[in-house]
Amino acid sequence: MLQKKIRISSLIIVGIFLILCFRLWQLQILDDHKYKALSEENRLRIVKTPAPRGIIYDRNMTPLVKNIPFFSVSIIYDNRRQLDTDALSLLLGMKKQDIEEKLHRKDNSPFVPIKLKQGLSFEEIARIESRRSDFLGLFVETDVGREYLFGKVGAHLIGYLGKVTQSQLNSNGLRNLPPDALIGQWGVEAVFDSELRGIPGEKIIEVDALGRELRMIQERKPVIGKDINLSIDINIHKAVEDAFRGKAGALVAIKPGTGEILALESLPSFDPNIFPRGITYNEWKSLMEDKKKPMLNRALQSQYPPGSTFKVITAVAGLEEGVIKPDTKVTCTGGINYGKWTFGCWKKGGHGTVDLHRAIVESCDVYFYEVGKRLGIDRIHKYATLLGLGRETGIDLAKEKNGLIPNTEWKKEKKGLAWYLGDTFISSIGQGYVSATPIQMAIVMSTITSGGHKYKPTLIKGDSELLETVSLKKETIEFMKEALSGVVNKPNGTAQRAKSSLVVIGGKTGTSQVVGGKKKGAVAERFMDHAWFLAFAPVDNPEIALSVFVEHGGGGGAVASPIAKRAIEAYFLSKRQNLADRGDAVRGTVDTSKKEQKIIVH
Amino acid sequence: MFKIDKRLFKNFDWITFSVIVLLSIIGIITIYSATRPPLGTGAHPDFYLKQILWLLISVAALFVVVTFDYAWLQRFSYLLYSIGLVLLVVVLIAGKTSMGAQRWISLGPLAFQPSEFFRVLFIVGFSSYLAGIGKNLDYKISLRSLFIFAIIPLALVVKQPDLGTAILLMSLFVTLIIAKGVSRKIVALVLIIGLISIPFVGHIFWEGLKDYQKSRLIAFMDPEVDPAGIGYHINQSKISIGSGGVFGKGYLKGTQGPLRFLPEKHTDFIFSVFAEEWGFVGSILLLGIYLILFLRGLDTATRAKDEFGRLLAVGITAMFFVYFLVNIGMTLGMMPVVGVPLPFFSYGGTSLLSNFIAAGILISVRTRRFELFYP
Repeated sequence: MLQKKIRISSLIIVGIFLILCFRLWQLQILDDHKYKALSEENRLRIVKTPAPRGIIYDRNMTPLVKNIPFFSVSIIYDNRRQLDTDALSLLLGMKKQDIEEKLHRKDNSPFVPIKLKQGLSFEEIARIESRRSDFLGLFVETDVGREYLFGKVGAHLIGYLGKVTQSQLNSNGLRNLPPDALIGQWGVEAVFDSELRGIPGEKIIEVDALGRELRMIQERKPVIGKDINLSIDINIHKAVEDAFRGKAGALVAIKPGTGEILALESLPSFDPNIFPRGITYNEWKSLMEDKKKPMLNRALQSQYPPGSTFKVITAVAGLEEGVIKPDTKVTCTGGINYGKWTFGCWKKGGHGTVDLHRAIVESCDVYFYEVGKRLGIDRIHKYATLLGLGRETGIDLAKEKNGLIPNTEWKKEKKGLAWYLGDTFISSIGQGYVSATPIQMAIVMSTITSGGHKYKPTLIKGDSELLETVSLKKETIEFMKEALSGVVNKPNGTAQRAKSSLVVIGGKTGTSQVVGGKKKGAVAERFMDHAWFLAFAPVDNPEIALSVFVEHGGGGGAVASPIAKRAIEAYFLSKRQNLADRGDAVRGTVDTSKKEQKIIVH
Repeated sequence: MFKIDKRLFKNFDWITFSVIVLLSIIGIITIYSATRPPLGTGAHPDFYLKQILWLLISVAALFVVVTFDYAWLQRFSYLLYSIGLVLLVVVLIAGKTSMGAQRWISLGPLAFQPSEFFRVLFIVGFSSYLAGIGKNLDYKISLRSLFIFAIIPLALVVKQPDLGTAILLMSLFVTLIIAKGVSRKIVALVLIIGLISIPFVGHIFWEGLKDYQKSRLIAFMDPEVDPAGIGYHINQSKISIGSGGVFGKGYLKGTQGPLRFLPEKHTDFIFSVFAEEWGFVGSILLLGIYLILFLRGLDTATRAKDEFGRLLAVGITAMFFVYFLVNIGMTLGMMPVVGVPLPFFSYGGTSLLSNFIAAGILISVRTRRFELFYP
């Protein structure tokens, strides 16, 4: 009896022994690879070391941005359950629910530490480090953040860094970025992001179960991002920001011989520093709801009738087509009649008999009605398009608007109406359907003053790409320069406020009429006209060509021309400063002239 | 009176003795590896030294036990069993809490776990009781023994709560009753009562469990529920064992223990550390050594000179086996995490000493297997 029981027991024990052996076989031989990998994963942690981002300099090698250490506190995924969230919320000064929400997000990856708070101050870091042992797996991470040294100045052009978005992560080239990486989201930071970014390094580290780093197994050093040397001069930007006196608008300045952007300012602007440190919902909302639209890049996106600045194009077209000569005279009586309509001149009493030079200097509308009548809209359209209007300028910055240059075909197609002579009249003086962006108008100025060489606007110092050469007669160009100089420097010119003792400036004023709400007396700001001014300097050998646009600024001569003067003076002062500062400036000049020669041959 | 007989050496069970000493030595070697500092630098915790000391004490204790005739145990069995129960009461009142359970009594610098000794005293007491009954169990005796040897000690142990000892005591109770011999009717009755009471007992039992014990049971059902939380122990143990492969990572090459991924690495999960370093081959050999111990113990039962000796041998072997099964099953992810040490192998002085004393009784039974050894 007992013997039998013992024998059965022995068999049971041997049977269980075999079951255990089978289980061991399953774990150690069948699933061996899986568990080996898991044990390595346990032990090894891959830590990305951020690559320092390239620095952005202006044309005088002034750094516009700075990399700053950016601290955040994170928790190892595996330790998120064992946390005393009450104590942690006290330590980090965060709400308990916010911490819990971050800890238990669905998209948390087990291999990436969970970021709890970013942008820590040094006091916070010290406090966290001293209490770290109380919270398993808590540690302070260092990222590279970004500081924009000039704040609002040039913000639209320089742009900003922001957290990579989910759709960006899904796109090619950004797939390997960590989910909270900062990448360029706007402006130069975005356009040249791949050059600036560099390649993050990687450290393979052995850690223990508490997430403490024990030793380095392997390290790949980060590759530092490339520096970028912009063509802009930050001093112009500073002067412009100041000269606008809180008005909205834009200024675009171009180097006529190369197409380099010397300045591209849009106002009002925003502080780019709030983006890399993680913009809050409220900050974003207030930027978006601001009636002054600080996030709108007016230099590229505001399209308005260019007003009398367009007369530059009408004049060039008339001279080139031979419909007028510099000595062609027209008598202005304050307006002309066409059918039952009267097209007035801005000067109610009329200018009397004027030649082209005086018509430009005093901005006589009637003279240009006559030029327009002789040319016809399609020839105006041809020259406006050749000089850079009606299509994108091709600048690398995003979201450029096209503007509009009408012709007979366009009106038929879009409006279903025939083109009338009256349409030609108002188009000749840059009103009606005609519209352009500030950067387009700057290109027009630059192309005319460089003798017809139209360049793609570029943001990189030393770059230049000739798009086409508009064949303009030398006499036309010389005449235009002289006439535009008269606008500023003659006692009867419309832009005497742009006259500078530093350098001889030429230019043309313009006023874009705001339709509706016109009443006598004081005009509310929102019904005030937009002011335009095109300028270049020095008149005999232009180095800078620009356009200024002031939203609801009133007359172009009064408001826009002093801003242009400030910008031009800032450019020459800054240049003089740098010539004095740098011994190597001579070599720089030689280099530039070589480049110019090459382009002309090309 | 206690002079040592030459025949004691001649008939001494060297096989059982060698097996448990071998297991203890492999255990110490593994404890050394499990507790080494992560980078091989810094002080090595002295767990392995303490265990060596305890092994020496335990071997000495074993020889003392063997020199006694186990018949003495029968004479004092009720006294011993009562002392055991009193110890359990004392630990409930004055015990020190560790890891959420009251299991320890401090005696100056020493701390020991009375339940480790109680299980040996339980086997002695119950075997003696059953051996005193000439015939098979009837209903009356069954009920009485159920009360004295099952309900009272279980109540005291569950109160601590000590799930491992509770499982052991239930298993020993059933094993010893079957070994003694019961009518089929009683077995059937116990089974029916057991089945009916499972929901009630289960409820009371579940309510009595601490949260960490409940979560261990849940984690056993589905360890993937939360890899870093309650299923952590089981997963990390499986990773340790599985990553060992066929031949293991090599001695002192395991990473799971020293890097602290494996909890309780030198106590409850010592087998995982061993399996990681010695692989499938080493693990099978180790289990084989245990198999020798169990089969030898059962063989001793068949050769014992009296019923008391036979029941002692069955009880002690069953005790080793239950602990072995619960522990290895847990590390292999086949059973819930119940804090039970691997006999002779895990770190722990009280456990080692009481196991050696139990093994000493087992050896004593075998050594005195011939009738009228001591007239």
